[in-house]
Amino acid sequence: MAKPAKSPVATLERRAVMRRLVKGRKDLLIVSGLGSTTYDLAASGDNPRNFYLWGAMGAAAMIGLGLALAQPKKRVLVVTGDGEMLMGLGGLATIGVQQPANLAVVVLDNERYAETGLQQTHTAHGIDLPAIATATGFRTVGLVRDEAGLKAALPMIHKALGPVFITIKVTADRPPFVLPSRDGVYLKNRFREAVLGAP
Amino acid sequence: MASKNRSAARETWPDEIYDVLAGEQVRQVVYVPDAGHARLIDRCAANSKMKTVVLTTEEEGIGVLAGAWLGGDRGVLLMQSSGVGNCINMLSLATVCRFPLLMLVTMRGEWGEFNPWQIPMGKGTPPIFEQAGVMTFRIDERAAAAETVEAAARIAFNGDRAAAVLISQRVIGTKSFK
Repeated sequence: MAKPAKSPVATLERRAVMRRLVKGRKDLLIVSGLGSTTYDLAASGDNPRNFYLWGAMGAAAMIGLGLALAQPKKRVLVVTGDGEMLMGLGGLATIGVQQPANLAVVVLDNERYAETGLQQTHTAHGIDLPAIATATGFRTVGLVRDEAGLKAALPMIHKALGPVFITIKVTADRPPFVLPSRDGVYLKNRFREAVLGAP
Repeated sequence: MASKNRSAARETWPDEIYDVLAGEQVRQVVYVPDAGHARLIDRCAANSKMKTVVLTTEEEGIGVLAGAWLGGDRGVLLMQSSGVGNCINMLSLATVCRFPLLMLVTMRGEWGEFNPWQIPMGKGTPPIFEQAGVMTFRIDERAAAAETVEAAARIAFNGDRAAAVLISQRVIGTKSFK
Protein backbone atom coordinates (compact mmCIF):
# COMPACT_ATOMS: atom_id res chain seq x y z
CA MET A 1 0.00 0.00 0.00
CA ALA A 2 1.33 3.42 -0.96
CA LYS A 3 2.28 5.83 1.78
CA PRO A 4 -0.19 8.74 1.96
CA ALA A 5 0.98 11.99 0.39
CA LYS A 6 2.16 14.85 2.59
CA SER A 7 0.02 17.97 2.88
CA PRO A 8 0.65 21.19 0.98
CA VAL A 9 2.02 24.06 3.10
CA ALA A 10 -0.70 25.57 5.33
CA THR A 11 -1.48 29.28 5.15
CA LEU A 12 -4.10 29.97 7.84
CA GLU A 13 -2.90 31.22 11.23
CA ARG A 14 -4.45 29.51 14.29
CA ARG A 15 -5.25 32.61 16.34
CA ALA A 16 -6.96 34.30 13.39
CA VAL A 17 -8.98 31.11 12.78
CA MET A 18 -10.05 30.93 16.45
CA ARG A 19 -11.20 34.58 16.39
CA ARG A 20 -13.39 33.74 13.39
CA LEU A 21 -14.81 30.65 15.11
CA VAL A 22 -15.96 32.58 18.19
CA LYS A 23 -17.15 35.75 16.41
CA GLY A 24 -20.79 36.49 17.27
CA ARG A 25 -20.90 33.41 19.50
CA LYS A 26 -23.91 34.35 21.71
CA ASP A 27 -24.64 31.28 23.88
CA LEU A 28 -22.28 28.94 22.01
CA LEU A 29 -20.62 26.47 24.44
CA ILE A 30 -16.94 25.82 23.70
CA VAL A 31 -14.54 23.13 24.94
CA SER A 32 -10.85 23.57 24.05
CA GLY A 33 -8.26 20.80 24.03
CA LEU A 34 -5.11 21.08 26.09
CA GLY A 35 -2.19 23.03 24.69
CA SER A 36 -2.37 25.52 21.89
CA THR A 37 -6.12 25.51 21.34
CA THR A 38 -6.69 26.42 25.00
CA TYR A 39 -4.32 29.40 24.58
CA ASP A 40 -6.00 30.31 21.27
CA LEU A 41 -9.44 30.28 22.88
CA ALA A 42 -8.23 32.43 25.80
CA ALA A 43 -6.62 34.84 23.32
CA SER A 44 -9.92 35.20 21.48
CA GLY A 45 -11.55 36.54 24.67
CA ASP A 46 -12.34 34.86 27.97
CA ASN A 47 -15.94 33.76 28.47
CA PRO A 48 -17.67 31.68 31.17
CA ARG A 49 -19.04 29.45 28.40
CA ASN A 50 -15.47 28.35 27.63
CA PHE A 51 -14.22 25.15 29.26
CA TYR A 52 -10.45 25.06 28.87
CA LEU A 53 -8.58 21.79 29.22
CA TRP A 54 -5.08 21.82 30.68
CA GLY A 55 -4.82 18.03 30.76
CA ALA A 56 -6.99 14.97 30.10
CA MET A 57 -5.46 14.60 26.64
CA GLY A 58 -7.89 12.91 24.28
CA ALA A 59 -11.02 13.97 26.21
CA ALA A 60 -12.05 17.20 24.48
CA ALA A 61 -14.48 15.63 22.01
CA MET A 62 -15.90 13.37 24.73
CA ILE A 63 -16.62 16.33 27.01
CA GLY A 64 -18.33 17.94 24.04
CA LEU A 65 -20.44 14.81 23.58
CA GLY A 66 -21.65 14.70 27.19
CA LEU A 67 -22.40 18.42 27.07
CA ALA A 68 -24.25 18.15 23.75
CA LEU A 69 -26.40 15.29 25.10
CA ALA A 70 -27.19 17.27 28.26
CA GLN A 71 -27.99 20.52 26.37
CA PRO A 72 -29.51 19.39 23.07
CA LYS A 73 -30.92 22.86 22.29
CA LYS A 74 -27.55 24.61 22.56
CA ARG A 75 -24.73 24.45 20.02
CA VAL A 76 -21.58 22.82 21.37
CA LEU A 77 -18.22 23.45 19.71
CA VAL A 78 -15.09 21.47 20.51
CA VAL A 79 -11.87 23.04 19.23
CA THR A 80 -8.80 20.93 19.66
CA GLY A 81 -5.48 20.08 18.08
CA ASP A 82 -4.49 17.16 15.87
CA GLY A 83 -2.38 15.51 18.59
CA GLU A 84 -5.18 15.74 21.15
CA MET A 85 -7.73 14.37 18.68
CA LEU A 86 -5.44 11.51 17.66
CA MET A 87 -5.26 10.37 21.29
CA GLY A 88 -9.03 9.92 21.38
CA LEU A 89 -9.87 8.53 17.96
CA GLY A 90 -12.17 5.90 19.42
CA GLY A 91 -14.32 8.73 20.71
CA LEU A 92 -15.25 9.63 17.13
CA ALA A 93 -16.94 6.23 16.87
CA THR A 94 -18.70 6.89 20.17
CA ILE A 95 -20.01 10.21 18.81
CA GLY A 96 -21.03 8.48 15.59
CA VAL A 97 -23.30 6.13 17.53
CA GLN A 98 -24.97 8.99 19.42
CA GLN A 99 -25.40 11.36 16.43
CA PRO A 100 -25.64 14.58 18.46
CA ALA A 101 -27.17 17.11 16.03
CA ASN A 102 -25.80 20.06 18.03
CA LEU A 103 -22.13 19.03 18.26
CA ALA A 104 -19.29 20.33 16.08
CA VAL A 105 -15.68 19.18 16.45
CA VAL A 106 -13.04 21.40 14.84
CA VAL A 107 -9.40 20.32 14.69
CA LEU A 108 -6.81 23.06 14.23
CA ASP A 109 -4.30 20.83 12.49
CA ASN A 110 -0.70 22.06 12.40
CA GLU A 111 0.55 18.48 11.96
CA ARG A 112 2.72 18.98 15.04
CA TYR A 113 2.87 18.37 18.78
CA ALA A 114 3.48 22.07 19.42
CA GLU A 115 3.79 21.84 23.20
CA THR A 116 6.67 19.42 23.15
CA GLY A 117 8.89 20.81 20.42
CA LEU A 118 6.90 20.71 17.18
CA GLN A 119 7.42 17.01 16.52
CA GLN A 120 5.35 15.71 13.61
CA THR A 121 2.01 14.05 14.35
CA HIS A 122 0.37 11.34 12.27
CA THR A 123 -1.40 13.95 10.15
CA ALA A 124 2.01 15.14 8.90
CA HIS A 125 2.31 11.68 7.40
CA GLY A 126 -1.03 11.87 5.63
CA ILE A 127 -3.31 10.27 8.20
CA ASP A 128 -6.70 11.65 7.23
CA LEU A 129 -8.84 12.77 10.19
CA PRO A 130 -11.83 13.91 8.09
CA ALA A 131 -11.89 10.49 6.40
CA ILE A 132 -11.95 8.85 9.83
CA ALA A 133 -14.80 11.17 10.86
CA THR A 134 -16.73 10.20 7.73
CA ALA A 135 -16.14 6.53 8.42
CA THR A 136 -17.39 6.91 12.00
CA GLY A 137 -20.71 8.44 11.04
CA PHE A 138 -20.24 12.22 11.21
CA ARG A 139 -22.95 13.85 9.10
CA THR A 140 -21.06 16.92 7.99
CA VAL A 141 -17.32 16.67 7.35
CA GLY A 142 -14.88 19.15 5.86
CA LEU A 143 -11.23 19.96 5.25
CA VAL A 144 -10.20 23.62 5.19
CA ARG A 145 -6.89 24.79 3.74
CA ASP A 146 -7.44 28.44 2.90
CA GLU A 147 -9.55 31.54 3.43
CA ALA A 148 -12.21 30.52 0.92
CA GLY A 149 -12.54 27.15 2.64
CA LEU A 150 -12.81 28.77 6.05
CA LYS A 151 -15.54 31.11 4.83
CA ALA A 152 -17.50 28.14 3.53
CA ALA A 153 -16.93 26.08 6.68
CA LEU A 154 -18.05 28.65 9.28
CA PRO A 155 -21.80 28.26 8.65
CA MET A 156 -21.35 24.47 8.68
CA ILE A 157 -19.61 24.65 12.06
CA HIS A 158 -22.33 26.83 13.58
CA LYS A 159 -25.48 25.64 11.83
CA ALA A 160 -25.14 22.34 9.95
CA LEU A 161 -26.81 19.21 11.25
CA GLY A 162 -24.34 17.47 13.51
CA PRO A 163 -22.26 15.75 14.33
CA VAL A 164 -19.94 18.04 12.36
CA PHE A 165 -16.21 17.44 11.95
CA ILE A 166 -13.96 20.01 10.31
CA THR A 167 -10.18 19.90 10.05
CA ILE A 168 -8.60 23.32 9.50
CA LYS A 169 -4.97 23.18 8.45
CA VAL A 170 -2.98 25.90 10.22
CA THR A 171 0.64 27.03 10.18
CA ALA A 172 3.00 25.37 12.67
CA ASP A 173 4.06 28.55 14.43
CA ARG A 174 3.79 29.18 18.18
CA PRO A 175 2.06 32.46 19.02
CA PRO A 176 2.76 34.00 22.46
CA PHE A 177 1.13 32.25 25.42
CA VAL A 178 -2.25 33.59 26.53
CA LEU A 179 -3.08 31.59 29.63
CA PRO A 180 -6.59 31.23 31.04
CA SER A 181 -7.29 30.10 34.60
CA ARG A 182 -5.89 26.68 35.50
CA ASP A 183 -8.36 26.25 38.37
CA GLY A 184 -10.62 23.45 37.16
CA VAL A 185 -13.19 23.91 39.93
CA TYR A 186 -13.56 27.59 39.07
CA LEU A 187 -13.85 26.89 35.34
CA LYS A 188 -16.46 24.20 36.00
CA ASN A 189 -18.57 26.25 38.39
CA ARG A 190 -18.64 29.42 36.32
CA PHE A 191 -19.54 27.39 33.22
CA ARG A 192 -22.47 25.77 35.06
CA GLU A 193 -23.58 29.10 36.43
CA ALA A 194 -23.61 30.59 32.92
CA VAL A 195 -25.50 27.63 31.44
CA LEU A 196 -27.73 26.50 34.30
CA GLY A 197 -28.02 29.61 36.45
CA ALA A 198 -26.34 27.96 39.46
CA PRO A 199 -23.02 26.21 39.99
CA MET B 1 -24.02 -16.97 50.11
CA ALA B 2 -25.94 -19.63 48.21
CA SER B 3 -23.85 -19.84 45.09
CA LYS B 4 -25.46 -23.12 44.07
CA ASN B 5 -28.76 -21.35 43.63
CA ARG B 6 -27.31 -18.58 41.49
CA SER B 7 -29.08 -19.55 38.32
CA ALA B 8 -32.20 -20.85 40.02
CA ALA B 9 -33.75 -17.55 41.04
CA ARG B 10 -33.88 -14.34 39.04
CA GLU B 11 -31.29 -11.93 40.38
CA THR B 12 -32.79 -8.77 41.80
CA TRP B 13 -29.66 -6.82 42.73
CA PRO B 14 -29.18 -5.27 39.26
CA ASP B 15 -32.80 -4.07 39.40
CA GLU B 16 -32.21 -2.62 42.84
CA ILE B 17 -29.15 -0.73 41.55
CA TYR B 18 -31.23 0.49 38.60
CA ASP B 19 -33.87 1.82 40.99
CA VAL B 20 -31.22 3.76 42.91
CA LEU B 21 -29.83 5.30 39.69
CA ALA B 22 -33.31 6.27 38.53
CA GLY B 23 -34.09 7.71 41.95
CA GLU B 24 -30.88 9.74 41.90
CA GLN B 25 -31.98 11.30 38.56
CA VAL B 26 -29.08 9.78 36.61
CA ARG B 27 -29.49 10.87 32.99
CA GLN B 28 -26.37 9.61 31.18
CA VAL B 29 -25.28 5.99 31.52
CA VAL B 30 -21.93 5.39 29.82
CA TYR B 31 -20.33 1.99 29.65
CA VAL B 32 -18.03 -0.61 28.25
CA PRO B 33 -20.16 -3.71 28.73
CA ASP B 34 -19.52 -6.40 31.27
CA ALA B 35 -21.61 -9.51 31.74
CA GLY B 36 -22.18 -8.42 35.34
CA HIS B 37 -23.72 -5.15 34.14
CA ALA B 38 -25.82 -6.69 31.35
CA ARG B 39 -29.18 -6.46 33.09
CA LEU B 40 -28.52 -2.98 34.47
CA ILE B 41 -27.57 -1.74 30.97
CA ASP B 42 -30.79 -3.20 29.56
CA ARG B 43 -32.89 -1.54 32.26
CA CYS B 44 -31.24 1.84 31.68
CA ALA B 45 -31.63 1.57 27.91
CA ALA B 46 -35.35 0.95 28.39
CA ASN B 47 -35.76 4.22 30.35
CA SER B 48 -36.44 7.07 27.91
CA LYS B 49 -35.09 9.62 30.43
CA MET B 50 -31.68 7.93 30.42
CA LYS B 51 -29.22 8.30 27.55
CA THR B 52 -27.03 5.22 27.22
CA VAL B 53 -23.62 5.72 25.60
CA VAL B 54 -21.49 2.75 24.58
CA LEU B 55 -17.78 3.63 24.72
CA THR B 56 -14.81 2.23 22.83
CA THR B 57 -12.66 2.51 25.97
CA GLU B 58 -13.50 3.38 29.56
CA GLU B 59 -11.63 6.68 29.86
CA GLU B 60 -13.96 8.18 27.26
CA GLY B 61 -16.68 7.91 29.88
CA ILE B 62 -14.88 10.20 32.32
CA GLY B 63 -14.88 12.89 29.64
CA VAL B 64 -18.52 12.30 28.68
CA LEU B 65 -19.65 12.54 32.29
CA ALA B 66 -17.63 15.74 32.83
CA GLY B 67 -19.45 17.26 29.87
CA ALA B 68 -22.75 15.90 31.17
CA TRP B 69 -22.21 17.67 34.50
CA LEU B 70 -21.24 20.92 32.75
CA GLY B 71 -24.61 20.70 31.00
CA GLY B 72 -26.58 19.77 34.12
CA ASP B 73 -26.88 15.98 33.73
CA ARG B 74 -25.92 13.41 36.34
CA GLY B 75 -24.29 10.26 35.03
CA VAL B 76 -22.75 6.92 35.86
CA LEU B 77 -19.85 4.97 34.31
CA LEU B 78 -20.20 1.18 34.18
CA MET B 79 -17.14 -0.98 33.55
CA GLN B 80 -15.23 -4.03 34.69
CA SER B 81 -12.00 -3.92 36.67
CA SER B 82 -9.78 -4.28 33.60
CA GLY B 83 -11.17 -0.95 32.40
CA VAL B 84 -9.97 0.87 35.50
CA GLY B 85 -6.42 0.66 34.21
CA ASN B 86 -7.49 2.47 31.05
CA CYS B 87 -8.82 5.38 33.13
CA ILE B 88 -5.79 6.36 35.20
CA ASN B 89 -4.71 9.63 33.57
CA MET B 90 -8.30 10.62 32.78
CA LEU B 91 -9.26 10.40 36.45
CA SER B 92 -7.28 13.64 36.86
CA LEU B 93 -10.07 15.43 34.96
CA ALA B 94 -12.56 14.41 37.63
CA THR B 95 -10.33 14.98 40.65
CA VAL B 96 -8.74 18.29 39.56
CA CYS B 97 -12.09 19.83 38.60
CA ARG B 98 -14.01 17.98 41.32
CA PHE B 99 -16.53 16.60 38.88
CA PRO B 100 -19.00 14.19 40.44
CA LEU B 101 -17.98 10.81 39.00
CA LEU B 102 -19.95 7.74 39.98
CA MET B 103 -18.41 4.48 38.77
CA LEU B 104 -19.78 0.96 39.16
CA VAL B 105 -17.03 -1.59 38.64
CA THR B 106 -17.67 -5.29 38.32
CA MET B 107 -14.62 -7.09 39.67
CA ARG B 108 -12.78 -9.80 37.79
CA GLY B 109 -9.59 -11.55 38.72
CA GLU B 110 -10.51 -12.29 42.30
CA TRP B 111 -13.13 -14.80 43.52
CA GLY B 112 -12.59 -18.05 41.64
CA GLU B 113 -11.21 -16.41 38.49
CA PHE B 114 -10.46 -18.78 35.61
CA ASN B 115 -8.61 -16.29 33.39
CA PRO B 116 -5.20 -15.26 34.80
CA TRP B 117 -5.09 -12.20 32.52
CA GLN B 118 -7.81 -10.64 34.68
CA ILE B 119 -5.82 -10.94 37.90
CA PRO B 120 -3.49 -7.89 37.56
CA MET B 121 -6.33 -5.37 37.37
CA GLY B 122 -8.37 -7.35 39.87
CA LYS B 123 -5.57 -6.81 42.37
CA GLY B 124 -4.71 -3.34 41.09
CA THR B 125 -8.12 -1.71 41.06
CA PRO B 126 -8.46 -0.82 44.79
CA PRO B 127 -4.96 0.68 45.25
CA ILE B 128 -5.09 2.48 41.90
CA PHE B 129 -8.35 4.18 42.84
CA GLU B 130 -6.94 5.00 46.28
CA GLN B 131 -3.83 6.60 44.78
CA ALA B 132 -5.89 8.53 42.24
CA GLY B 133 -8.05 10.06 44.97
CA VAL B 134 -11.21 8.07 44.25
CA MET B 135 -13.36 6.98 47.20
CA THR B 136 -14.20 3.28 46.98
CA PHE B 137 -17.11 1.29 48.32
CA ARG B 138 -17.45 -2.46 48.07
CA ILE B 139 -20.37 -4.82 47.57
CA ASP B 140 -19.62 -8.34 48.81
CA GLU B 141 -23.22 -9.40 49.38
CA ARG B 142 -26.17 -8.89 47.12
CA ALA B 143 -28.33 -7.58 49.92
CA ALA B 144 -25.98 -4.60 50.29
CA ALA B 145 -26.02 -3.59 46.59
CA ALA B 146 -28.66 -0.86 46.63
CA GLU B 147 -27.59 0.88 49.83
CA THR B 148 -23.94 0.87 48.79
CA VAL B 149 -24.67 2.40 45.37
CA GLU B 150 -26.91 4.97 47.02
CA ALA B 151 -24.20 5.91 49.51
CA ALA B 152 -21.62 6.31 46.73
CA ALA B 153 -24.02 8.30 44.55
CA ARG B 154 -24.66 10.75 47.37
CA ILE B 155 -20.95 11.20 47.98
CA ALA B 156 -20.41 11.79 44.25
CA PHE B 157 -23.29 14.15 43.52
CA ASN B 158 -23.47 16.02 46.82
CA GLY B 159 -19.76 16.04 47.55
CA ASP B 160 -18.45 16.69 44.03
CA ARG B 161 -16.18 13.67 44.30
CA ALA B 162 -15.14 10.62 42.35
CA ALA B 163 -16.64 7.52 43.97
CA ALA B 164 -16.39 3.92 42.80
CA VAL B 165 -18.45 0.93 43.85
CA LEU B 166 -16.56 -2.33 43.43
CA ILE B 167 -18.98 -5.19 42.90
CA SER B 168 -17.34 -8.43 44.01
CA GLN B 169 -16.98 -11.30 41.59
CA ARG B 170 -18.65 -13.33 44.31
CA VAL B 171 -21.81 -11.24 43.86
CA ILE B 172 -21.77 -11.41 40.07
CA GLY B 173 -20.88 -15.05 39.81
CA THR B 174 -17.69 -16.50 38.40
CA LYS B 175 -17.63 -16.59 34.60
CA SER B 176 -17.96 -20.10 33.28
CA PHE B 177 -15.80 -21.19 30.35
CA LYS B 178 -17.67 -24.47 29.93
